Amino acid sequence: MRYLPLTPDDRAQMLGVIGAPDIDALFVDVPASARRAALFDLPLHAGELEVERELTGLAARNRAAGDGPFFCGAGAYRHHVPASVDHLIQRSEFLTSYTPYQPEIAQGTLQVLFEFQTQVAALTGLDVANASMYDGSTACAEAVMMSQRVTRREKAILSGGLHPHYAAVTQTIAHAEGMTIVRQAAAIDAEADVIAAIDAETACVVVQTPNVFGVVTDVTAIAQAAHAAGALLIVVTTEAVSFGLLKSPGEMGADIAVAEGQSIGNALNYGGPYVGLFTCREALVRQMPGRLCGETVDAQGRRGYVLTLSTREQHIRREKATSNICTNSGLCALAFSIHMSLLGEVGLRQLAALNHSRARELTAALDGVVEVLTPRFFNEIAVRVPPGLAGGDAAALVDELLADGILAGVPYSRLAPGAGMDDVLLLAATETTTTQDIAALAAALKRRLGQ
Amino acid sequence: MTLTSVGRPTRPHPAISEGHASLTGGRGLLQDEPLLFELGGWDKTGVDLPAAEHDASDLGGLLRTTPIGLPGLSEPETLRHYVRLSQMNHAIDLALYPLGSCTMKHNPRLNEKLARLAGFADLHPLQPVSTAQGALELIDRLAHWLKTLTGMPAVAMTPKAGAHGELCGLLTIRAAHEAAGHGHRRRVLVPTSAHGTNPATAAFVGYSVQEIAQTADGRVDLADLAAKLGPDVAAIMVTNPNTCGLFEREVIEIARVAHASGAYFYCDGANFNAIVGRVRPGDLGVDAMHINLHKTFSTPHGGGGPGAGPVVLSAALAPFAPAPWIVHGPAGLTLVEDARDEAAAAFGRMCAFQGQMGMFVRAYAYMRSHGADGLRQVAEDAVLNANYVKARLSAEMTPAFPDGPCMHEALFDDSWLEGCGITTLDFAKAMIDEGFHPMTMYFPLVVHGAMLIEPTETESRRELDRFCDALLALARAAKAGDTERFTGAPYLAPLRRLDETMAARKPKLAWRPEPTTVAPAPLAAE
Repeated sequence: MRYLPLTPDDRAQMLGVIGAPDIDALFVDVPASARRAALFDLPLHAGELEVERELTGLAARNRAAGDGPFFCGAGAYRHHVPASVDHLIQRSEFLTSYTPYQPEIAQGTLQVLFEFQTQVAALTGLDVANASMYDGSTACAEAVMMSQRVTRREKAILSGGLHPHYAAVTQTIAHAEGMTIVRQAAAIDAEADVIAAIDAETACVVVQTPNVFGVVTDVTAIAQAAHAAGALLIVVTTEAVSFGLLKSPGEMGADIAVAEGQSIGNALNYGGPYVGLFTCREALVRQMPGRLCGETVDAQGRRGYVLTLSTREQHIRREKATSNICTNSGLCALAFSIHMSLLGEVGLRQLAALNHSRARELTAALDGVVEVLTPRFFNEIAVRVPPGLAGGDAAALVDELLADGILAGVPYSRLAPGAGMDDVLLLAATETTTTQDIAALAAALKRRLGQ
Repeated sequence: MTLTSVGRPTRPHPAISEGHASLTGGRGLLQDEPLLFELGGWDKTGVDLPAAEHDASDLGGLLRTTPIGLPGLSEPETLRHYVRLSQMNHAIDLALYPLGSCTMKHNPRLNEKLARLAGFADLHPLQPVSTAQGALELIDRLAHWLKTLTGMPAVAMTPKAGAHGELCGLLTIRAAHEAAGHGHRRRVLVPTSAHGTNPATAAFVGYSVQEIAQTADGRVDLADLAAKLGPDVAAIMVTNPNTCGLFEREVIEIARVAHASGAYFYCDGANFNAIVGRVRPGDLGVDAMHINLHKTFSTPHGGGGPGAGPVVLSAALAPFAPAPWIVHGPAGLTLVEDARDEAAAAFGRMCAFQGQMGMFVRAYAYMRSHGADGLRQVAEDAVLNANYVKARLSAEMTPAFPDGPCMHEALFDDSWLEGCGITTLDFAKAMIDEGFHPMTMYFPLVVHGAMLIEPTETESRRELDRFCDALLALARAAKAGDTERFTGAPYLAPLRRLDETMAARKPKLAWRPEPTTVAPAPLAAE
């Protein structure tokens, strides 16, 4: 077995040093009824070639995003990741190191985390970022629970523009901790309904921009209304590239901003691993979940970095911790940070502008074909599927267009069945979307409409 | 002084180990690397993008009006920056990484290659399931392996790490209690030796936590457990093998008394590596257990994550598992994504999408590579290596539980350091100078000055001996009064000991521009 260095001779000699007659003597504490002498009913070991053959076969049964025109978004976005990003994250010293608990021999990871935190804080326009969460949805749930600790109130209002999965995760996790979660009805411009729901029991308001229908909103007025009621504003972003073009959450008055960072540096990966971004105002830092990296000095006065404010965390505070999170998304955060370093301010702005431009191109191509529902968008739009297309069923239309080799976006009903929006289709365009892709989609739709 | 054949001393010149300073801060291959923000240019980028054809005038007042404050680097500068930083990290590819409870084993590179196949990596979580049958098939096969290896009938695949799996497990248990009209069961019993995530998770779901005492031989005190069980106890959370590196001999009885009182048995599966392929948790009475794929099944830890924490479930708990899950249908595999319609019992959703696919590919490739026979050997070699380290180090150090074998971890206390004037921390820091990562320290909390060593099965005997020789030499030096070697350690790492108190007292959590730094240009030019 190629991953096991001990030889039979090693094993025999080592048992001798231990003073055990055989390996079974080391498992003597296992109750006899639970000791299994026979091998499990699973295949035996396999060589690299055989394993590669099986998994390559499975991979070949999937239609990769890059195989043709592709318009899926809804919380996960296909972007081009520079080759150097994936090369660097496979450096042994990054890939095969543990959480940096011994700072003297983990300065590489720690400096990266410090740089990552600084980048994320800058992008969101807030003061402090943590060293990452699992993904955007769990970061959202953690932000809601943090608002309970900050305000000592129990009610969270989730805008109807929040990604339904994020709302479901928040409802599952924050409700378990005793919060009341108010989910507002889904609507294209749902943010308009938020202010009226804020009251004196409200711990936080959760608003997504661009929202799940792609709508970009200036949430400054919502921030003011929340603050006037003593509540926090949590701004959610599922497309991190949008920070390059749009007003940041901090600029609009957010107290906490959370985002899915997958778009920068990370592949689609069928849903994970991704990287949750979590930032807040400085005054709230001691209620934050997750690891934080901070600057300090060593015994000779040289600058260095350590994990800090650990008294918030489970390994120190146990049941009084701000969160139970331990393992996070370190390597995905590294990929994010490297990609962001390559982009820089100039590149990110260009990338964001290019994404918006492609979405405008898409919108223009669909003009007169389907109704575009999103009034102000970044790189994603919602369109209404007319009765003349797949009976007005967005999911059926997506299935139909597979025959043309097109992955035509995400039907909203996939995210929220039964919401009465079966005719709503979400379409995203990024820098990876070509003019030809857009033309192919428009042509396929027109052909079905007899245009 | 001993000289080599070319007349040079075979030991480093004292001036080097005593802090000889270079003129620039560089040290041989180690560069003194500034922060990105001190290196990068506000007008520099390492990507070439085409110009946008349409402007953003349609967004008007929604556009950013202030600079972000992000420096950029060209590609060669980027490579230098991160390669230089990488050289300041310890890694499993460099040397044994004996962190107890963390299972730092070799990460096969085949798995990295396979996870990057476009058919897995370039796959959108919401594309039609008919276009992702291979991905669903892989998840389904992985689930079959996990269920077979644990002897459990069901598995929830979506939790993204161990603690997330614990949360999933407790939410499942909570849902089961509520469905049975037992919502009043809100107390969780956790041994004193438990991982911090256990009580933190219990509190996270609104449960109160009570500790179970430990016996002198490092196991759950059954009498104390029985006394604390009651009609308000929702679950017990027990790690097995436990955090002392010992198998809970009475685990079947533990499960029996818990069940008899109406509580569920949650097992923390962080230490599954010790028993994989040999013992099925399902045979021990476990109702739910998370499996850290990044430990037992070797997905790389990446400096802190990502991991994956699927939770295997008993038949009683299975109906309450969260969405989404895979079902076999006439047209192949499909996903049930909306728990409300399909099964009212499901407690909700743990995360957006289907979980850690990238980790699933790696873990499945690892399992297929080992097979039933190799996985059994994994457990045996992991346990053998730990017992070998325990036997060798016992010559100078004091095992916390000397009687009987340990499982995959060897636990020592600090009684052997008494009178040496050094602490567990000092000893661990001196290991760094010898080229090793320290073991887990001061955990579990039940052992004074604990040193928890987990070598894993992927260490050769030569590396184990190198490690044991180094620790024994250090132990002898400690006893011989060579105190400074420890109290000032590390001397030879990229940095000396860091001031953690200062970091926490006045937290500096992001780089801020000095007043003299040239600020990025305003956006007016666009």
